[in-house]
Amino acid sequence: MKGMTVIVKKTTQLIAGLVFLYGIYIIIHGHLTPGGGFAGGVIIAGAFILLILANGSDFMKLTKEEMGSTMYENLAILVVTFLAVSGLLLGAKTFFLNWLPKGNLGELVSAGILPLYNIFVGIEVAASILSIFLALVIFKEEMSE
Amino acid sequence: MEIAISIITGLMILGALYAIHARDLLSAVIACGIVGYGLVICFLLLKAPDLAIVQIVVETISLIIMVAVVLDSSRDELFSRPDTQGYVSAVTAILLIVVLFYFFKISIETLDTFGKSTLRMAEHYIEGATARTGSANLVTGVVFDFRGYDTLGEATVLVTAVLGILTILRIKGKK
Repeated sequence: MKGMTVIVKKTTQLIAGLVFLYGIYIIIHGHLTPGGGFAGGVIIAGAFILLILANGSDFMKLTKEEMGSTMYENLAILVVTFLAVSGLLLGAKTFFLNWLPKGNLGELVSAGILPLYNIFVGIEVAASILSIFLALVIFKEEMSE
Repeated sequence: MEIAISIITGLMILGALYAIHARDLLSAVIACGIVGYGLVICFLLLKAPDLAIVQIVVETISLIIMVAVVLDSSRDELFSRPDTQGYVSAVTAILLIVVLFYFFKISIETLDTFGKSTLRMAEHYIEGATARTGSANLVTGVVFDFRGYDTLGEATVLVTAVLGILTILRIKGKK
């Protein structure tokens, strides 16, 4: 896949960081404002997809990138499952127990364990969408050879 | 508000019909976009910004992928004449539509008026969620606390989808 013109490349270089930051904002404020792990994860994946589409597929080493994204995806879903089980390890008989202190309503560090779920589900969704996109791009590169 | 939602739903139906009958595949893909972005406006009017954010991002990314696929392959649609099997399936489809519409009408008569009442289960969620989970956003409280199993299932579905896609697409690369 070839890259696009200099104008598009420069614009995406300026914008992709902002899109990435916005995704992180949506994930971290998931328990306060609309959004959360799923929405923010897809936005972060969108930042990477923007860069790859504008700069072409030889911009990054895609195979290496794909290996990293699949690894992060599997690690993140493992951590989510571990967080869900962690209530059982503490002696309670509830799956998905919210055992951390709740804090004050409306502060950034509050709601116990929910922000952690949001962060790891966000990583998992971002890595999944990016893996699917990279698999399609790499498949096309290998077919055209 | 109901009038606005009716107009947007009508536009979405028109877009879907055009997407089926368009001769140029690129314009069919753009017409699919009408359906997705119309759904975004419907979610915003129904006061569901969480869903609207997810829908607008997913719609954009899937539209980009579909446009890339159409530009890379042929833009013309290949038409084929309907044969006997085609007529049989068309008749079956119309019969199914009639049956489904009948039962849908029966079930919709027993429902409450649109947007006026909450379900019996949802009342407990709305009353107790903020105090019990400590989350200011009610949706996150329900998704990750009361309905934790559902969310774990959704995340697992995504992982399984990626595993399937990698298994199908990377046969040549792993050789």
